[in-house]
Amino acid sequence: MDKHDFVIRFAGEGGQGLVTSADALARAAAHAGYFVQTHSTFPSQIMGGPASSQVRISTTPVLSSGDGVDVLVALNQYAYDHHCDDLNEGAVTVYNAEEYSLPEGGQYFGIKADELAKSTGNARAANMVTIGAVVNLIDFNLDEIDEFIKQRFTRGRPGDEEIIVANIEAVRLGVEVAKTSGFTVGQMSPPIPHDGEQVIITGNAALSLGAMAAGLNFYAGYPISPATSILIWMEQNLWGEGRFVHQVSSEIEAINAILGAGFAGKKAMSATAGPGFSLMSEGLGLAWMAEIPLVVANVQRGGPATGLPTKSEQSDLFTCMHPAHGDIRMPVLAPGSVEECFYAGALAVNWAERYQGPVIILSEFGLSERGENIAKPNLDEISTESRAVVNEGDTGKRYDSWDGTTPLPGMPVPGGPGAYVANGSEHDEIGDTTHLPRHHVRLMERRFRKLDLLDGAHYEIENADAEVIIMPWGSSKGPAREAYDRLRERGENVGWLYSVALHPLPGDIKDALNLADKIIVPELNYLGQWSALLRQDGYRAESITQYTGLPFRPSDLVKLIGERIGVRVTA
Amino acid sequence: MTKRNTEYDFTWCPGCGDFGVRRALQVALEAYSVEHEEPQSKTVVVAGIGCSGNMVHLVEGDQPFGIHGIHGRTLPIAFGVKMGRPDLNTVIVAGDGDFLSIGAEHIGPAANRNVDITAVIMDNGVYGLTKGQSSPTTEFGAVTPSTPHGKIETPMSPLKHYMSVGVTYIASYYSSKPRQLAKIIQEAMNHRGFSIVHVQSPCTTYNDTYDLLKGKPKEGIQGLAFEIPEDHDPTSAQAAVDLLDRPGIPLGVVFRQEGQSMQDRYEGLQAQAPKRTNQEILDSYVLQT
Repeated sequence: MDKHDFVIRFAGEGGQGLVTSADALARAAAHAGYFVQTHSTFPSQIMGGPASSQVRISTTPVLSSGDGVDVLVALNQYAYDHHCDDLNEGAVTVYNAEEYSLPEGGQYFGIKADELAKSTGNARAANMVTIGAVVNLIDFNLDEIDEFIKQRFTRGRPGDEEIIVANIEAVRLGVEVAKTSGFTVGQMSPPIPHDGEQVIITGNAALSLGAMAAGLNFYAGYPISPATSILIWMEQNLWGEGRFVHQVSSEIEAINAILGAGFAGKKAMSATAGPGFSLMSEGLGLAWMAEIPLVVANVQRGGPATGLPTKSEQSDLFTCMHPAHGDIRMPVLAPGSVEECFYAGALAVNWAERYQGPVIILSEFGLSERGENIAKPNLDEISTESRAVVNEGDTGKRYDSWDGTTPLPGMPVPGGPGAYVANGSEHDEIGDTTHLPRHHVRLMERRFRKLDLLDGAHYEIENADAEVIIMPWGSSKGPAREAYDRLRERGENVGWLYSVALHPLPGDIKDALNLADKIIVPELNYLGQWSALLRQDGYRAESITQYTGLPFRPSDLVKLIGERIGVRVTA
Repeated sequence: MTKRNTEYDFTWCPGCGDFGVRRALQVALEAYSVEHEEPQSKTVVVAGIGCSGNMVHLVEGDQPFGIHGIHGRTLPIAFGVKMGRPDLNTVIVAGDGDFLSIGAEHIGPAANRNVDITAVIMDNGVYGLTKGQSSPTTEFGAVTPSTPHGKIETPMSPLKHYMSVGVTYIASYYSSKPRQLAKIIQEAMNHRGFSIVHVQSPCTTYNDTYDLLKGKPKEGIQGLAFEIPEDHDPTSAQAAVDLLDRPGIPLGVVFRQEGQSMQDRYEGLQAQAPKRTNQEILDSYVLQT
């Protein structure tokens, strides 16, 4: 039976190479021309604890982590017990026969991967034995696996050849065990050729590279899951003339350091997660008030407090829109895929420069470490906007009134003309403190009016005249899109709206929202945050919420959206 | 900037020590500007919140750039300015409440980095702008609106604290001699690394310590302030520690240690760090086919 889409999950304990296995399979499949997306869940500890890592392989771009599992590799009894409910019909489990056994007669077979690996002379090839079993189950082209192994282990070291031979042998041993079992879950359809070069990259790396492509040259950060890998990425890459990267002592230091750098003329950024973002509140308020360009990426975990550091939730939307006291509504870009992480990183830097103020990128655990193969971005097409600056002879003042009909006046840069004080107190034209009503009024209006400059983010509108519109945000875009496609295939009259920019919304999206009778927002939080904000702006929105720490399953959304539109659908 | 803004209504109380510190800062900024042949616009003054932070709006004459930001956060803001733009002279003006209470967590990291910033701290032993509450340097047992039955904490010793966390230039002075104070501030600005000029700047409204500092020589009462002896060796950490064990407020340079600033160290890292273009980084993610 030809299938175009498989989910393979490796479950066990942290430290057992689960991510490595899923990643290896993903790379081999991407190498063969398939589209892949990985997804991992693990406890917040260095080693041990229940963990799993999966890859979805498809002949078409992968939008979500899927509904269920086609092949489960369960390395211990606990893993089997906790993942067997996710198995699709016809799925097969490969269990670790060195650890436990399952009663006769089920859709599973045991494998002694460690023992078989040792017989190849390379005890570290156990995950290759397992991968061999998996590829046999989905009838994946073995030549592609061999080619992948050759590339991965050709590192110019003396032992390379032996390691390659042992790993290829390990794959064969796994294949034999699976063959002997007699099970299969179908045949992987051949890949559909696609144009253009691809990169395989995670959300956090894509976001970082995007920011750098737009000219980022100052980064200060503090380790926190799931944003740490952005700090690590920057420490590896943000070097060279005029660039600075540093791990500071807290998120309070991070936000204030990028404030100072942004004021001094740099394109500055930090990345954090909920707890760190809370610490940045006061600094973000200053950036808004004193009009200092900077970017903060909040890679959401579950909350509140320490919450769920390594789980998926979309519960920081309120706090990103309104992080600080006083009248503030931050520009927020919420990418919904790894590819969108790249462009959001670039656009956030450009927005900050364009409107002279802070910009929030709202990413998620579900995007941060997930690997995806995407079309290789063309760096020549990434614009690098730089703030307008004050030049000698300019008569304008830093905080002049601005009615929006002329370009936003330039910002003085230290060392140049136009010295002023960037002031967190309400101020006059040159930044001296004044609490006179007319200054508060004119600058309040200036600060909000500048938001009109922010456009250019990706958005999607389809069947906008349908009575019911589905409008997800962030990573829920993928599963919602699959659900939408399935509902359309069934002939349901539903529409689709999606915007990476949650604030300010593109004009076309606002127009479509205005016309919609019912907007359904699938989102991973309890309060229904995005629909609440949409209702606040007068749109007829309601949420479908989930707060398990896991992403939506498309089949669940088909059912739940079906209920809202009065049709009974079984996934 | 007060002369250019008639609506600006902030000033200090008559006799406030901050007037003397402002005079000293202006003289120091002018002298630094002449010495380095740079306009004052190449200086950024990062101000804390409180009476002393308002200094940034009250500098007269040629104007530096300024940031009047968040209570307690002068050091990380100044860190961003300096490491973003190492060519800028970066100066902090803040009080004891801002720098030593809410902002104390940043002193250690700034010292470990030896970031090239000069902090001019105005210590009046009280929260003045919020009307007289106790601060980290308020005396034990002092009765203030927030300690109506007497302050229960012992006062911190700022200079010993600076020594213990490794600040590489520490000076102590008072606001009454602006000309001498200006020389110290200028020297601190020229120090390569983190420098603190800790100034006793009395609050005439809530904690008038002028007499306490200077004594009443005519009546034979000795003041707390004393000139640092000429034979004191500020390059010796032991001499500095011994000096700080003496009771009273020393006037002069307590400690000075030459070495690499953070910027110097960073240039070392830059020289060895891998430099890949954005295109090379992107290409490293390309799927091998």
